[in-house]
Amino acid sequence: MDERSNSSQSSQCITPTRSGRKLQLSAVLASVPMAIVALGIFVICVAYSVVLSFTKSKLFPNLNWVGLDQYDRLWGSARWLTSVENLMLYGVLFIILCLLSGFLMAVFLDQKVRFESGFRTLFLYPYAMSLVVTGLVWQWMMEPSLGIQNVVQKLGWESFQFAPLVDSDYAIYGVLIAAVWQSSGLVMALMLAGLRGVDGEIWKAARIDGIPTWKIYLFIVVPMLRPVVITSVVLLAVGVVRVYDLIVAQTGGGPGMATEMPAKFVIDHLTGRSNVGLGMAAATMMLLPVLVVIGPWIYREYVRPAKR
Amino acid sequence: MTKLTGPQGPKPSRNSTSRYGVYGFLIIAAIFFCIPLYIMVVTSLKGMPEIRLGDLFALPGDPSFAAWTKAWSEACTGVQCDGIQGGFWNSIKISVPSVAISIAIGAINGYALSFWRFKGANVLFGVLLFGAFVPFQVVIFPIIIFFREIGIYGSLLGIILVHTAFGMPIMTLLFRNYFSSLPEELFKAARVDGAGFWQIFFQIMMPLAIPVTVVAVILQTTGIWNDYLLGLIFAGRENLPMTVQLNNIVSATFGVREYNVNMAATILTAMVPLAIYLFSGKYFVRGIAAGAVKG
Repeated sequence: MDERSNSSQSSQCITPTRSGRKLQLSAVLASVPMAIVALGIFVICVAYSVVLSFTKSKLFPNLNWVGLDQYDRLWGSARWLTSVENLMLYGVLFIILCLLSGFLMAVFLDQKVRFESGFRTLFLYPYAMSLVVTGLVWQWMMEPSLGIQNVVQKLGWESFQFAPLVDSDYAIYGVLIAAVWQSSGLVMALMLAGLRGVDGEIWKAARIDGIPTWKIYLFIVVPMLRPVVITSVVLLAVGVVRVYDLIVAQTGGGPGMATEMPAKFVIDHLTGRSNVGLGMAAATMMLLPVLVVIGPWIYREYVRPAKR
Repeated sequence: MTKLTGPQGPKPSRNSTSRYGVYGFLIIAAIFFCIPLYIMVVTSLKGMPEIRLGDLFALPGDPSFAAWTKAWSEACTGVQCDGIQGGFWNSIKISVPSVAISIAIGAINGYALSFWRFKGANVLFGVLLFGAFVPFQVVIFPIIIFFREIGIYGSLLGIILVHTAFGMPIMTLLFRNYFSSLPEELFKAARVDGAGFWQIFFQIMMPLAIPVTVVAVILQTTGIWNDYLLGLIFAGRENLPMTVQLNNIVSATFGVREYNVNMAATILTAMVPLAIYLFSGKYFVRGIAAGAVKG
């Protein structure tokens, strides 16, 4: 019987028999592309970017070490500070609004409604579309003289204003509307799956106790949805740090610096402004929050436990 | 009063007002989500004089596909004026190989990680997974330099490699999680029968993995089709994908802005992912849920 050698496989590695070694070699060889990408891109490239952030690199990379100078300049730059402020405001509101609207839509859809799948399709389709498309459509609707504002004013409400993109105080909210429109369906889908996973017995028990529905949701169901909420927040947060396409398509960062974002700051300094050192310092700052939040989570979830 | 004769019709509900509330909310939400699509379609079917009237929501008086034809074959994307069709074919040329390669590699990775764990595999996977969260901005520049050195910067091969590499974390995660959920006895039995690494992969694992492969195809096709940044930077002037050309059409028009053409081009660009979404239905939802994060 081969029982024993096989069971040791399942616990950790392949048995070190001759054929086992050969087989394990195939596994290692098959993993070469993965190793190249993991180490080549996500270790070496990241490290190289970080190193460049300590140099005077302009158009071409060089290794003239300047210590933290680029970071000094970065945090002294009005454009960067505005970008970070914009990102914070946008990020917090985006995550809260997506969670709220996604949760509400999921709860309402969960009431055994008719045409459920129709509603679901409508709520989620924006997520299939690119952020460039999203940005352009909303830009068109927020056009001051031909867009929604004009239509409502023509209806007689002449003081009505809805052209956030041309006003530097409100442009970021214009972007926010488009972003929430695009992404809240995703949260809805995840939450709905979560709600469907809640044991029916819990509902029965709570009903028998005479607890009103909203209380059941708030105090029993929501705490049970914690993993879904965490997943949603992680996904949304990753999207926030990366936000670039939407900005480029909808506002181009303007008016003024009203919708500048760190991701755009980096690309602009790499391409148009040819200031690689500063761009890489900014990129490193973008990496930090990701590293701090995601790093421990990946380690705990995937690296440490060797169990199946 | 025939209604009272028997237990027919809808079950009387004690709180029908709250039912109205439920439907009211859902319908308002549905309208909010529909408006942009409606506006896109309506605008694209109007002529410019009609658009200048400023009735954004009005149906086109004399619907015509002229803007669509113009967007497809005449609109200017930067210096060239042969419409967005070039971008469409570029997006296909980029997506098809990128999707195929990234899924093939992701499947092999997931398989190796689930059944053939070797030393360091977990660490490797952890690093790869970390890659799913790294903002592109952090790694783009070194890749540009490297591609320039080996002469594939701004080429089709370059953009395909980039998409493959950036797709790998999620694809690997997807397949790893799927394969880990298969009973291990299957694998053991095949080993007892003397099947090797590739034999087990092709004859047992891949046929079983068809559902997850469908999910992977949907996830990758929509993702790569919708990409803007990587295409802009790595594809080179000849191979710019549709999203980049779309943005060029809209932002680079001199003089009069042709909103109908812009909206037609926008719809054309959104069409492929929308079709995938509508036709794949449940698989799309499963895809984003599975591609999201485990648990």
